[in-house]
Amino acid sequence: MNASLSHIKTITKRELAAYFTSPVAYVFIVIFLLLSGFFTFMIGGFFERGEASLRDSFFLWHPWFYLFLVPAVGMRLWSEERRLGTMELLLTLPITPWQAILGKFLASWIFLAIALGLSFPVWMTVNYLGSPDNGVIFAGYVGSLMLAGAYLALTCITSALTRNQVVSFILSVVLCLLLIFAGWPPVTNFIIRVLPGTSGMVDFVSAFSVMTHFDGFQRGVLDSRDVIFFLSVIGFSLFTTGVVIRNLRS
Amino acid sequence: MIKVEKLVKTFGAKRAVNDISFTVERGEVLGFLGPNGAGKSTTMRVLTGFLPPTSGRVTVGGFDVTENPVAAKRLLGYLPESAPAYTDMTVWGFLNFIAEIRGLRGDDKKKAVHRALEMCFLESVVHQSIETLSKGFRHRTCFAQSILHDPEILVLDEPTDGLDPNQKHEVRTIIREMGKKKAIIFSTHILEEVDAVCSRAIIIDRGQIVANGTPSELRQKSTAAGAVLLRVQGTASAAVVNTLSQLPLAAKALSLAESNGTASVRVLPKSGTAHGALTAAVAEAARLSGWKVEELHTEEGRLDEVFRSITLPDTAKDKQK
Ligand SMILES: Nc1ncnc2c1ncn2[C@@H]1O[C@H](COP(=O)(O)OP(=O)(O)OP(=O)(O)O)[C@@H](O)[C@H]1O
Ligand SMILES: [Mg+2]
Repeated sequence: MNASLSHIKTITKRELAAYFTSPVAYVFIVIFLLLSGFFTFMIGGFFERGEASLRDSFFLWHPWFYLFLVPAVGMRLWSEERRLGTMELLLTLPITPWQAILGKFLASWIFLAIALGLSFPVWMTVNYLGSPDNGVIFAGYVGSLMLAGAYLALTCITSALTRNQVVSFILSVVLCLLLIFAGWPPVTNFIIRVLPGTSGMVDFVSAFSVMTHFDGFQRGVLDSRDVIFFLSVIGFSLFTTGVVIRNLRS
Repeated sequence: MIKVEKLVKTFGAKRAVNDISFTVERGEVLGFLGPNGAGKSTTMRVLTGFLPPTSGRVTVGGFDVTENPVAAKRLLGYLPESAPAYTDMTVWGFLNFIAEIRGLRGDDKKKAVHRALEMCFLESVVHQSIETLSKGFRHRTCFAQSILHDPEILVLDEPTDGLDPNQKHEVRTIIREMGKKKAIIFSTHILEEVDAVCSRAIIIDRGQIVANGTPSELRQKSTAAGAVLLRVQGTASAAVVNTLSQLPLAAKALSLAESNGTASVRVLPKSGTAHGALTAAVAEAARLSGWKVEELHTEEGRLDEVFRSITLPDTAKDKQK
């Protein structure tokens, strides 16, 4: 157990260092912060709202930012490993594939958390201008991180599927989009129209929507069901990544 | 230490490795030869646990690589064919990463990394990013990675590929030295390497072992092995050929050249003749006939000839299909 944690840590450290040795990491963080600022203050109408809250101005955009930003962060995880041939090296070291999968995932998740954390000026602004419920904002941040983790885990699958990062990026955007659309009103309305009287169907489909669960956090509720939902998506996706990697080898 | 039993590996309908069995003990350096696509790399990938075998069993230091992969991999050092390394890291960072995964910490780690850097002559590029290294240096970096933890078993897929002649020599010396205490298996296309470092060699062709033995045993398989070259002064070559072709051990005697009264004759042994027996018979015949012998020697077989005669006919047949 101890050895396994230390393997995960070593891999996470390497992957994280790999982000910061390339300029891409800094470009990513700058883009994320610029987008956040722009959408929050210009499009989200943060000042006009006069609300001491980040829900409708800041967090509202995250499912859409992440749709592109998270696949951009995660696309290299396994495809680069396959392109360079280092996968053969990594998987013949005395570690289990799970340790590698988890270590890599955690590195990217930590990277995303750092980017998200750097948006703290938004939080300071709202505290300076008013007195928001910081508990709700905290729940919002947790939800945002969970959402990023779910997208990222899906990206792990697609990056293991191909040695081409661009293909991996496109596939993961599509996958994440499916998870968003499952609960999007136009889609749920469509289901109601096509299958009238089957509200069970709507509930079933939207149970898979990240939007429904993400919204729970934004209302300031740390509901265990929402947490479990995101953790299950992550767990399932990482498991699938493991299956993909095993199939690659046989 | 390495035991491969009835190993089969298929890719779809293709049998890359077809029922291979062999063992490598401590103190042995096994050379793995064979034409391109013979299945050398595939075999190595299976025994390092990268590819699962389709059937058969591979044990490394007593651990089954499919059932107990981590324990088996701990004993192994592996240099993959393409010598992969993380291009975003420096040589220093890369070796430290591998050392950490190998469970080395603190002073042990530092010592191991320095030792590997020194053995592979990487000191001059320690802080250079692997991306900017030349091919040979990149190859050595990956080689350094494989010997970092001083493993008991080494699997090296074309370890001298892309190295300059000096480095080739250095790497061969390292392999030979380490081979005294470890079990090493390495593949190569350079036949001189077999003589230079191997205690035993296996030739595989299209997934099957076609020869297995010490370098000199393999050389005996050559048709030229045991042939005798004789140079005689003052006797007509026709007479020499005539006498020698009647020797019971000789299959055939050929005149090679005749000039200034010197005749060169080559005598080929019948198959199954003990090495050197024909030479003794030729010497005896020369003595009885009173020839003035200038030169008499037994030819060793040549590995490249053996390699070609074992692997070529079938490859050529394949081509015709
Ligand atoms: N992942 C794979 N999928 C399908 N076929 C493969 C795969 N890997 C290897 N092969 C096939 O298996 C056979 C053996 O390949 P291998 O790489 O083991 O040869 P090799 O002896 O190492 O050759 P070389 O001397 O060129 O390195 C080849 O015909 C190759 O095309
Ligand atoms: Mg090969």
